[in-house]
Amino acid sequence: MSTKEKEPIFSKKNRKLLSNPLDDDNPITVQVLGICSALAITVQLKPAIVMSISVIVVMAASNVIISLLRNLIPNRIRIIVQLIVVASMVILVDQVLKAYAYDVSKELSIFVGLIITNCIVMGRLEAFALGNGVWKSFLDGIGNAFGYGVILIMVAFFRELLGSGKLLGYQVVPDAFYEMGYENNGLMLLSPMALITIGIIIWVQRARNRKLIEK
Amino acid sequence: MNEYVNIFVRSIFIENMIFAYFLGMCSYLAVSKTVKTATGLGFAVIFVLTITVPLNYLLDNYLLKAGALSWISPKYASIDLSFLSFIMFIAVIASMVQLVEMIVEKFSPALYGALGIFLPLIAVNCAILGGSLFMQQKDFSSIGESAVYGLGSGIGWLLAIVAIAAIREKITYSNVPKPLRGLGITFIITGLMAIGFMSFMGIKI
Amino acid sequence: MLNRDSNSYTYIFAAIMVFVVAASLAFTATSLKERQDENIKKEKMQNILTTIGIDVDREQAALLYSKYIVEELALNSDGTIDSNVNAFEIKLSREVKKPVDTQKFPLYIAKVDNQTFYIIPLHGAGLWNAIWGYISLYENKNDIKGVMFDHTGETAGLGAEITTDWFQKSFENEKIFNTDNKLVGINVSKTNNDPNGDNKNDNKVDAIAGATITGDGVTDMIKERLSHYLPYFNKINL
Repeated sequence: MSTKEKEPIFSKKNRKLLSNPLDDDNPITVQVLGICSALAITVQLKPAIVMSISVIVVMAASNVIISLLRNLIPNRIRIIVQLIVVASMVILVDQVLKAYAYDVSKELSIFVGLIITNCIVMGRLEAFALGNGVWKSFLDGIGNAFGYGVILIMVAFFRELLGSGKLLGYQVVPDAFYEMGYENNGLMLLSPMALITIGIIIWVQRARNRKLIEK
Repeated sequence: MNEYVNIFVRSIFIENMIFAYFLGMCSYLAVSKTVKTATGLGFAVIFVLTITVPLNYLLDNYLLKAGALSWISPKYASIDLSFLSFIMFIAVIASMVQLVEMIVEKFSPALYGALGIFLPLIAVNCAILGGSLFMQQKDFSSIGESAVYGLGSGIGWLLAIVAIAAIREKITYSNVPKPLRGLGITFIITGLMAIGFMSFMGIKI
Repeated sequence: MLNRDSNSYTYIFAAIMVFVVAASLAFTATSLKERQDENIKKEKMQNILTTIGIDVDREQAALLYSKYIVEELALNSDGTIDSNVNAFEIKLSREVKKPVDTQKFPLYIAKVDNQTFYIIPLHGAGLWNAIWGYISLYENKNDIKGVMFDHTGETAGLGAEITTDWFQKSFENEKIFNTDNKLVGINVSKTNNDPNGDNKNDNKVDAIAGATITGDGVTDMIKERLSHYLPYFNKINL
């Protein structure tokens, strides 16, 4: 126990908890978790960013709560307990958004609720928070939510840039391009392109990081 | 009657859970390696959706919505419990899934063995909760409509997962670039299938 | 040491958790409720005001609303006024599902600098889900002063473009009656050949590329909703 307490807050191991999910152990492209709830809001960058922040909050908070309770939760009902903790966090986020960021909450509509069933949240609770300390679980939650957010934001970046020539709603493709005959690619705005963009991101990542290749 | 057919067709083809909203992708990717297990999971999803969507419809309309409690007594008309809807929906879904799990275990041990860990995961399958949340958003006017919507969405999901499983069975024999194998190519194929499904858009009945 | 797998422990744990969760959720929900309802109300006021050309911050919406909107009427399908119904509280999404003769039709009347405007709420179906909005008419009840559209889930960048300024601007000064004095509404047309909207008498505006169905939804919605106000307009014109 005493050795654990001496472990610096940002020891190498703890930093790993944050950085691993960004690449080697990315929840979306490697662990294949949590693709569901959010791809539909990657048409534009702004909702994608808000969604990522919401996921970070929900994941960090529920990881901490479950980790605090990990020695108290009866084994038999642990899945339900996890679901309820996550659902309450999501309700809180949803209520706060509705009260203080009304426009954004309108844009996200039902997809905030779907964070509940985002497999990363439940997956990390079950696989990590139930067996680890509070601080570690917190880092793990943040790290994984970040890894998830990065992919989301990347997809949204390309879709908004190529699809409407804008970023965060501001036009970034200069007018001169349009005059020379450049056209926005409307296909990028349609939902199938989110999947194909992710496929390409996975391709690039695995070409760089060969140990991830599936046999 | 027309309205039912409309909802049914729309939920299968146009508003397909996978191709239009990417809901239920986790189990879609994880359990689509063989057609047999994919079909099993697909039917489990249909079953759970068809039950939970109308069940949650009742819950929403007679308990949670603003003014929903007025059937007990008019003085409750101002109560709005809709903030509880997420938690109530997920509770209904989790218990229904438990039920399905027990039924499958009893009547088809082989299927139970094959689905293994993924059956409990239906509880966190976004398509299921998504079905209930879309039902709430669409504000259906009768329980029948919501049941048809649940059934249609389930069938759409089954279609999608069986199709991708069949393709993945074949693709094992193809020479896919190494980094793209497995997950990458599955995403891209799903994208292409989704483009195909977009041609159903605009069907009006 | 407590036995974590015993039945009684499980029940007690579940009971405490349900209590804690319910209490904290109920507390946040009730303390934020007022603010949320306020947001919804203000947004509605803001939307109504936009159609008569008053752009206003959401926070100021309530103030200007009470200044400019002089009457809120709930109409019956025969054009009579039902004074028992608060027009502002009518939820159009519910109303449109009822048979026409039992529906109530909200109508807002605004006075700006001695000009009267009639503002009619709209509600219809787009490609994916509901679309709605408001349309305001000049005193002659033919020329459009302005429109405002919103949607639940149209495709961003395509159908969702109905919320953009350029599309809504193209409705201004268009006419809802054709030259034979028949109500035709506004046709969101792909074959308008009038990209600048110079012809204001053709009852047509330019469609959004790639959003045919949403556009048709707008066309249908305007015509359907406006038609129910004819009895009332005929009455006050006498």
